[in-house]
Amino acid sequence: MRKELRVDPTACSGHGLCAELVPELVTLDEWGYPIIARGPVPPALDKHVRRAVTDCPVLALKLLPPAGR
Amino acid sequence: MTPGTTVPQSAGSRWDQPRGQRHQHPGSGLPRLFPASGAVPVDLRTHLSRFTALPYLGQPGRLIPVLKAAGLTGRGGAAFPVHRKLAAVADAATRPVVIGNGAEGEPASDKDKSLLWISPHLVLDGLQLAAETVGSAAVGLYVHRNDRLQDQLRAAVAERAEARLDRIPVEIIDAPPRFLAGEESALASRISGEPAMPRFKPPRVFERGVAGRPTLVHNVETLAHLALIARYGPDWFRGAGTADEPGSMLCTLHQADGRRDVVETQLGTPLGSLVQLGPGTQAVLSGGYHGAWLAAEDAGQLTLSNADLRPAGSFVGAGVLAALPADRCGIAETARVTRYLALESAGQCGPCFNGLPRIAAALGEVASPRPDPRAVTDMMRWAGLVEGRGACHHPDGTVRFVRSALQVFGEEIRLHTQGRCVDPARRPFLPLPARTAMDPADWN
Repeated sequence: MRKELRVDPTACSGHGLCAELVPELVTLDEWGYPIIARGPVPPALDKHVRRAVTDCPVLALKLLPPAGR
Repeated sequence: MTPGTTVPQSAGSRWDQPRGQRHQHPGSGLPRLFPASGAVPVDLRTHLSRFTALPYLGQPGRLIPVLKAAGLTGRGGAAFPVHRKLAAVADAATRPVVIGNGAEGEPASDKDKSLLWISPHLVLDGLQLAAETVGSAAVGLYVHRNDRLQDQLRAAVAERAEARLDRIPVEIIDAPPRFLAGEESALASRISGEPAMPRFKPPRVFERGVAGRPTLVHNVETLAHLALIARYGPDWFRGAGTADEPGSMLCTLHQADGRRDVVETQLGTPLGSLVQLGPGTQAVLSGGYHGAWLAAEDAGQLTLSNADLRPAGSFVGAGVLAALPADRCGIAETARVTRYLALESAGQCGPCFNGLPRIAAALGEVASPRPDPRAVTDMMRWAGLVEGRGACHHPDGTVRFVRSALQVFGEEIRLHTQGRCVDPARRPFLPLPARTAMDPADWN
């Protein structure tokens, strides 16, 4: 099952790194918090998404089964 | 309503049966959860003379199919099927924690306080039964700080222990006076010794809740229904309500003339027979402060059911219905409540923390004479930005409430652009607590 990229909003402090690493899936709102495209992560973006998850300064990004929403 | 004030009863109860026949089927009449008359707390002796002994004790799992057949759903607002929660927790590898949720953070709702005050033993029956059904040995009842109510509940728990009714001890746990304190994950955090703030899901509370253990959380009214279904069966329960939404529920009614009551009613009851919808009422708020306004003429066509209310943008929720008088400003009222909701944000999630105060301020602008025309556009943009982006549903519910006001009170908004208002005095109508959270300690 392909996973979905999500953010734990209680952990996110709006560094915005994710939007730089995966601009295809993540944009920032007017306060600097990520808006993440819904649905399974396209295979072509796997590597970038994994990097965003591990590099988030507060580890707020998660790869979760799509049913979690 | 504070505990001890009158709880009105629906007519037609068949609870009062002749002595010696009390073990018979009680019929489908209402009220089921409250005594037929009076609003005096039902003590253990009276409770035991009215109801048969609890069945299904010491029989883990057996009650679950019965609850499924009854179609009982949670009465705390989400209307989630009760048997599914029980089954999920009963199947867990570790022993679950069971919590009766009596934290009624919604300022417009009185029904849980009233039920705990008047029928504590029905709730405690249900709590015990739920715990035995899922094989739990750790049981708590989570209620807002209220010495009179908590003292009475502690006395009821002690009395039952002395009578050897309950095998599992019940702990009364303080809920802080916050709007979100009763949200399941906030409850789990609080009972685990942390502030009562919602957390990100997954894991859900039934997977990992109090102290990391699987946790079953049921609203106190749900537990009272459960205790009655165990005794009288699914068919009896379905003798009230509709096929899809069976049973009865407690509602807190706010009439346009200012009266505030708790009543037990069937699901599927026309809204017009619960709140006055005459010319004195311009709109009805259903579902509380996370719910939606309905124009009075629309409300008159609907019944108290999610089947009717969901397509109208609202829902049954925890049974709060408020009829807004014709001579009050719906926009000013919504702005006042939205400001409160923004202050009740736990401040954990960026979109909620940033968006709700801005939405509240913009609505405050729309409520003022000759508002800045950009206020509505800004508000709609922010509403879209906060929706679905919180750890809990606080932003979603707040946005639902605000959007419904823009739809229903369009004429009022037009008046404001002309510098007029139906109620220039801005007399408050919807209830709000006197005090809002000011520092982190308020969440403990």
